[in-house]
Amino acid sequence: MSLQPLEMSSIVLDEAGILSFAELCRYCSLPAEHLLTMIEHGIIEPHPLASNSARWQFASISLVRVQTAKRLQRDLGVNTAGAALALELLDEVKTLRQQLAALQHQVQAAEHSDD
Amino acid sequence: MDYKDYYQILGVPKQATQDEIKRSYRKLARKYHPDVSQETDAEERFKELGEAYEVLKDPEKRAAYDQLGADWKAGQEGFKPPPNWNDDFEFTGGGYTTDTGHSADFSDFFESLFGRRPSNQDYGAGVNSRTRPLRGEDSHAKIHIDLTDAYQGTTRSIALHTTQLDDNQRPKLIERTLNIKIPKGIRKGQSIRLPQQGNPGINGGEAGDLYLEIEFNPHPLYSLDGRDVFLKLPIAPWEAALGAKVKVPTPAGEVEMKIPANTSSGKRLRLKGRGLPSQEPGDFYITLEIVLPSHLSAAEKALYESLQQAAADFNPRASLGEQR
Repeated sequence: MSLQPLEMSSIVLDEAGILSFAELCRYCSLPAEHLLTMIEHGIIEPHPLASNSARWQFASISLVRVQTAKRLQRDLGVNTAGAALALELLDEVKTLRQQLAALQHQVQAAEHSDD
Repeated sequence: MDYKDYYQILGVPKQATQDEIKRSYRKLARKYHPDVSQETDAEERFKELGEAYEVLKDPEKRAAYDQLGADWKAGQEGFKPPPNWNDDFEFTGGGYTTDTGHSADFSDFFESLFGRRPSNQDYGAGVNSRTRPLRGEDSHAKIHIDLTDAYQGTTRSIALHTTQLDDNQRPKLIERTLNIKIPKGIRKGQSIRLPQQGNPGINGGEAGDLYLEIEFNPHPLYSLDGRDVFLKLPIAPWEAALGAKVKVPTPAGEVEMKIPANTSSGKRLRLKGRGLPSQEPGDFYITLEIVLPSHLSAAEKALYESLQQAAADFNPRASLGEQR
């Protein structure tokens, strides 16, 4: 392995990028059945257009979500429903933290202007 | 080498039952799981917990650890296991029940007692697994960038530690530096995937992937919501009354902006498309805030007094009811 820094091309995972069902399985090293169970529990959702699973498309950010679910299942011994619940609650906590940070930012700015 | 107090790590007394150890481990694992916890050292704590549990959940390993641990304190340096200390125990080559995903990642202390944790090649089906190509594990890291980096794009060099098998098939830790292009327009919560830059594969298997999660350093002036960027802009009372042209800082550079006459504090102005760049770029929002000088001179005070008389009909609290 080279110790020289390498210039890397990178792929951004976001809402706009698209992955197929097969790509998602491959990148997550998960069997299709496992991923189907996650879809049934709403951990990720295919784009609504295609009904045939061979044509399913997913936002590339789904990859991050599947991996988090996988780690939660592996490390904490929760089942798919438990991982789905944890992910939803984590999303909620994240939104609340962001709102709190924005409010704190406003309060600080207001205090600052009172000086 | 430092001595590790596995009981302290799991928060249980030395005489804890196996059930108590299991309960405490599960509770702490939920608390410090890196996907759940906000603690900065969560990953380290989680690994430590895994290591402590690996020893204490196994009555045999626990007995061996107890036998040796009586006179040592956590973190005490210069620990060396006594020669032939584990003659009565057989640890290597078995006893690891599950792949918890932290293979070859336990501390030197652990390895000096129980040997190396078998690497990937020891999992899976019998003899074949020795030669079967196995894909390397994915690596995950967080990367902190500034808002201006997201406007312009940037290159970050990050150091990664991965385990690789040396010529004698023993895992060793390798540091690699990668220069990573962060494309402009990246947002919080997005990730970057670098194919085959994770841990190397085994027996010719392909390398795992590297995932970088993007976090923004908090900015003293701007706040963020998705692609939109927000700024509070202080203005003088006469700028609010008469209108003004002011210079406004944005992450992409200063812009000149017209404040319309007769503008109240709290009014929000929008600079379309000046938020985070993208195919549909975000907007830049400015909230105006009227600010007074900290001291009024006698002349200024007199002017405000004549303004007060001139505007005697104005009731700023009209919306709250007549009598105020």
